Order: sequence, then structure tokens, then C-alpha cells
Amino acid sequence: MLAAKVVQSQGVYVEGVNFFTGFCVEGHTQAVKRSKKQKAKRHSALWCAEQIGIPIQIVDISEDYQDIVIQPRYGYGRLLNPCLDCKIFMVNRALDLKSNRGEPFDFVITGEVIGQRPKSQRKETMGIIAKDSGAHDRLLRPLCAKNLPPSLPEREGWVDREKLHGFSGRSRKPQFALANELGITEWSQPAGGCCFLTDESYTKKLQDLWDSRGSKEYDLEDVILLKIGRHIRPAPHYKLIIGREEGENQYLRGFRHKFAHMSTVSHVGPLCLIDGELSAEERVLASRILARYSRGRTEPEVTVCITEQSGVSEEVVVEPIQPHMVPAEWSLAS
Amino acid sequence: MLIDTKGMLCPLPVIRLQEFARQVETETEVIVIATDPGVLEDIPIWCRVNGHEHIKSEQLNHEFHVTIKALPQAELATERGPS
Repeated sequence: MLAAKVVQSQGVYVEGVNFFTGFCVEGHTQAVKRSKKQKAKRHSALWCAEQIGIPIQIVDISEDYQDIVIQPRYGYGRLLNPCLDCKIFMVNRALDLKSNRGEPFDFVITGEVIGQRPKSQRKETMGIIAKDSGAHDRLLRPLCAKNLPPSLPEREGWVDREKLHGFSGRSRKPQFALANELGITEWSQPAGGCCFLTDESYTKKLQDLWDSRGSKEYDLEDVILLKIGRHIRPAPHYKLIIGREEGENQYLRGFRHKFAHMSTVSHVGPLCLIDGELSAEERVLASRILARYSRGRTEPEVTVCITEQSGVSEEVVVEPIQPHMVPAEWSLAS
Repeated sequence: MLIDTKGMLCPLPVIRLQEFARQVETETEVIVIATDPGVLEDIPIWCRVNGHEHIKSEQLNHEFHVTIKALPQAELATERGPS
């Protein structure tokens, strides 16, 4: 937002691009968890674009992005975040886009600052991103440009290098001061916090998904489901996904065609999707776990209805499992 | 023109609308049907920043219908003028 504003304020026509990877924190989870009384949350990129008065494109890269997540050339960060590969990929895709006017762009702007992020925003990675993305000197970082060799737009005089900045380091104080100077009083989540691949709880579930399949394959539905519900894996060959609130239960209902599922009949309780094949004994255990999250958790018996993908249903009466009987390692974070 | 995005969560309804809007050659009225209430916020903003016209938003039972007028690219370029 700041970088775009800095360049826009020099009279340059700027358009924004927001890439949808499937791992974006906003969007899905907000929509699913939102209660009926809450106002819909804004899409940060759209909101930012409106604040500074630029058009914006939202581009779905979720399919091609799989290669970046599955096998990042430069490896992962602390969790499963392939930040450097991600930036290279996004800058490359931005170069290929056409403006709302149907014209190619002259150069790409990013808000990177040297030293801001440990993995992808170091002096040496700045050059890697420019080179590997194919942007080379058509990549301008207005917030730290003075710490880098002049880019093509600076050399050509399309932008005035003197009016760019020389920020560096992890502190965001210079950005806050600049925002204030430019009249920007509100901004969205800084980089990193907007991607589930930097979230410990989420990446634990993603790694579990890959481990259980024996491969790193995934699709968009997998990615979304990992954001929703309580994930419990009592055995390597099956996992339970239990809604934590009505919004999640409602969303999980949309997956009943794809999974066997369970719900409590005798008491109010959540919906549970069953990912995997269960033996008769495991069905009882799964039912007891689900009963634990129903309003009958302290009752001696709860009736659970198990429905196969085929639509065939069966009711079982079980005693809700006690918390101490659920090993911590079954829980894939929630 | 109807764009059915039922079951999709934001920003996918906006992305589907954007893909369609890029193809229009004349002013076209488009109704986006969605189950994610996020469209009530996102589509009007998307229209405002990209030069399209938001006409109305309605809730019909559990669905949200957002009607817009999509303008062709050539017209958007003329409206904004040269850089």
C-alpha cells in the first residue's frame, strides 16, 4: 500500500494485484466463522486499493502455486512457508499481467524492505527475486530503493529516485511515519500474518495431511478444510474433522457428499467428517470422541448417527470419551 | 448474465466476476449469486476501484444477489485517460 502510494504520488499510473493462493488467512476462515450478527469483513487488498485510489486485480494462482508449496527451490522458512519462492513466483506472474486497459505494465513495484523479513527480505535475496522472477531491473522497491542499485524506472526517469526511500531492518517505525506523512491512518496486516503457511497450527495439519497420504499432493478443498474445525487423528488411516461452531458445521455440511460423517442425535452437537475407512471398533471410538463435543458430554449415553458416503446410516449409542482418554498427539491443533 | 458462485468463499466470487468482466465487449448487466455474505462488501468495492457500476445487492433466503454493470475494457481505459 505504501510502496504503491509512493510511486503513485509521483504521477505514475499504478494498478494493484492480489494473488489468491488458497492459503490466505482472510476470506475463507472469516466467511465460515462469521456469526450472523457480525458484519462481513473486508478484503484487505480491495480495501487498500480503494484507500489509495488504484484499480486492483485479484488473481487465482492456487493451482500453479502448488508447485511452490510442494517443492520450493529455496526451501521453507521456519514452518512450511516458501517465502522466497513465493515472491519470485508472484513477481513473475505480475510481469505477465495486463492492466485494466489491456496494456502490459512497464515495471513491478513491491513493498519489500531489506532486512524486514528473515527469509525473503535480505539484501542477497533481493537480487535473487529480481533475477529468478525474470523482472531484473524492472522490479522497483520504493521503500528501500536507495539501498539498491538504480532500477530501470529510476534510470529512465519514470520515477524520481530522490523521492524514494532507504528503509532497512525489522522496525516498521519508518513505514508508520511515512504512512502518517501520506495521510494513511489505517492499514492491513503486515506481511507474513496473512498466510496460513506461517501458522504453526495450520502447518501441523498440512504436514499431517501429506504424511497420511504419503505425498505432498493437495487440492483447494484440502487447503480450505484444514482451516476449519477440530482435526483429530486417532490412527494413521483416519482423521475426524469436528465443527467448533455453527458456522463451521454449516460449512462442513457441504462436504457430506465427499466424506462419511457423524452427528449426535440424542443431544445437540457438532457435525463430524470422517476422512478414512473405519473398522467397527473404530466407529465406536470415533462416536465416543464426537459425543465428547456434544451437549451430552457428561451424560452416560449419547446416540450418534453415522452416515456413509453412500447415504446408508446407522445409529450407535456410546458413552462420551473422557478428556484424559484422548492422547494429546491425536489432536492436530485447533 | 448470471454468475453462480454458490458454495464459493471470498475472494473466489470476485475472481469469477473479474474473469467475466474482462471479456465483455459492451456494457453488460451481471448478477452474481453467492452464499458467502462477503460479496456484499467485496463486489461493490471491486466495482468502485475498477470503474464498473454496482447497481444493487439483495439477500434472498440464504443467497446474496449482487447486480453490477460491467464496462468493457476500452471504455474503462477512456474513462481513466492516459497515464
